[in-house]
Amino acid sequence: MKTLVLVEHDNASVKDATLHTVTAATKLGEVHLLVAGAGCTAVADEAAKIAGVAKVHLADDPALANQLPENIAPLVVTLMAGHDAFLASATTTGKNIAPRVAALLDVMQVSDIIAVDGPDTFTRPIYAGNAIARVKTSDKKLVITVRGTAFGKAARDGGSAAVEAVSGSANSGLASFVSAEIASSERPELTSAKVIVSGGRGLGSGENYHKLIDPLADKLGAAVGASRAAVDAGYVPNDYQVGQTGKIVAPDVYIAIGISGAIQHLAGMKDSKTIIAINKDEDAPIFQIADIGLVADLFQAVPELTEKL
Amino acid sequence: MKILVPVKRVLDYNLKPRVKADGSGVDLANVKQSMNPFDEIAVEEAIRLKEKGVATEIVAVSIGEAKAQDTLRTALAMGADRAILIVHDGVAEPLAIAKLLKAVADEEQPGLVILGKQAIDDDSNQTGQMLAALLGWAQGTFASKVEVAGDTVNVTREVDGGLETVALKVPAIVTTDLRLNEPRYASLPNIMKAKSKPLAQKTPADYGVDMAPRLETLAVTEPPKRQAGIKVASVDELVEKLKALGVAA
Repeated sequence: MKTLVLVEHDNASVKDATLHTVTAATKLGEVHLLVAGAGCTAVADEAAKIAGVAKVHLADDPALANQLPENIAPLVVTLMAGHDAFLASATTTGKNIAPRVAALLDVMQVSDIIAVDGPDTFTRPIYAGNAIARVKTSDKKLVITVRGTAFGKAARDGGSAAVEAVSGSANSGLASFVSAEIASSERPELTSAKVIVSGGRGLGSGENYHKLIDPLADKLGAAVGASRAAVDAGYVPNDYQVGQTGKIVAPDVYIAIGISGAIQHLAGMKDSKTIIAINKDEDAPIFQIADIGLVADLFQAVPELTEKL
Repeated sequence: MKILVPVKRVLDYNLKPRVKADGSGVDLANVKQSMNPFDEIAVEEAIRLKEKGVATEIVAVSIGEAKAQDTLRTALAMGADRAILIVHDGVAEPLAIAKLLKAVADEEQPGLVILGKQAIDDDSNQTGQMLAALLGWAQGTFASKVEVAGDTVNVTREVDGGLETVALKVPAIVTTDLRLNEPRYASLPNIMKAKSKPLAQKTPADYGVDMAPRLETLAVTEPPKRQAGIKVASVDELVEKLKALGVAA
């Protein structure tokens, strides 16, 4: 089987999410990559070095600069004439593009897979991970999104794939990019961090969040996250959210502070290796899944912890 | 402009799903079902656009068993003007739903279709994007802000790195994220009034759409359970544990 993996990038470098998706694709067959963007030759060169990649298709066109699905999906459809499966990461970019490709191919997408069980059989979580479904597709071509935390990263070197230019589809004229507010941070990215410190509504305010969570994360070299409640309350922006509809994470250590443990939050972090919870309510659901729990007032415990580390 | 709002009846979000012992799925017999929370946000957004004078009519549509009528009545009680129920028992996949919605959109000619970004039962996150593809329209997914200005709709999207704004040519597809708005509760008088609002009943055959699923569910199982671990009594003990994990020096 020939697979085509959509490379996630910012026109400068390949994002980690792609490395996980490449691993999933290698379980299906030969791996080809698609780098679609503008002024993104460097991305294609980087992508060609990823271990296990046989070919890189490079579509370099101003209309592709911002990953608009209206412009990228027709390009993918054209390339799918020579491929059997299209895989994208289950990130906001992949989730935006893949279903548009699937519908154009008249294929029912298999979303957010956590295992490849065979050439047409996959495992995926449903109901916020409260149930796990194994599904078999009857479609001739496959369109799949991949949950990164379920697959290891392919190595960034070891490959020497050929880069082949493909002409980008023209601008559809349907949509245009206006602006982006992308948070820049010195901290590791949430979805690939080894340690995450996450705060919830127990913190009471955005000010408290930054006063308590940031210094602890700095001490541990950790990424910072938040529960939906904390994001809804405006303590931190949406890109901090861990959960069913936010980011799915699986770090070595996840420290949940002032997070009660709503089902939709657990859906985003319960595959973490070690979960640590600090909460003053000893009946909080988070303690039912935490490996290490501390029942304490976070306003005392967290500064003390930061100080003693 | 007319707005089309598809809504789905799902297991109530407050309930924990129970996996059936025979592994055939999640038990939906005799449990409360409600409107998918993201669809409530979609209905609310349509109503706000009508209150602003941007939208003239809101049509709610649902595909599902006859009981989905309750969900449509909820949409009508919130403020939708009329409803279409496409009755279908059994599995309805996003691709088939998108085909039905395309047929409805062809008939109704809406300026916007606003959908929830995903349903909290199958978590597919596909229908809006698929519908946009089939109609050949622009899509603004995971919206946290929607502004209509003439023939353009500006959609601010929640993306992994933060926020992104795109300008879409109308007609367009919008899918809602959590922070777009807070849906209203229907008042009792509006619930009463909703009972007499028009609700048309159709079938997939009326639209010539084949509902045969492409995916076969082989098994549905419980996820591996995490065991509760230990409790530590003090911050000092926690520091020791973190050191043992190699996280702290």
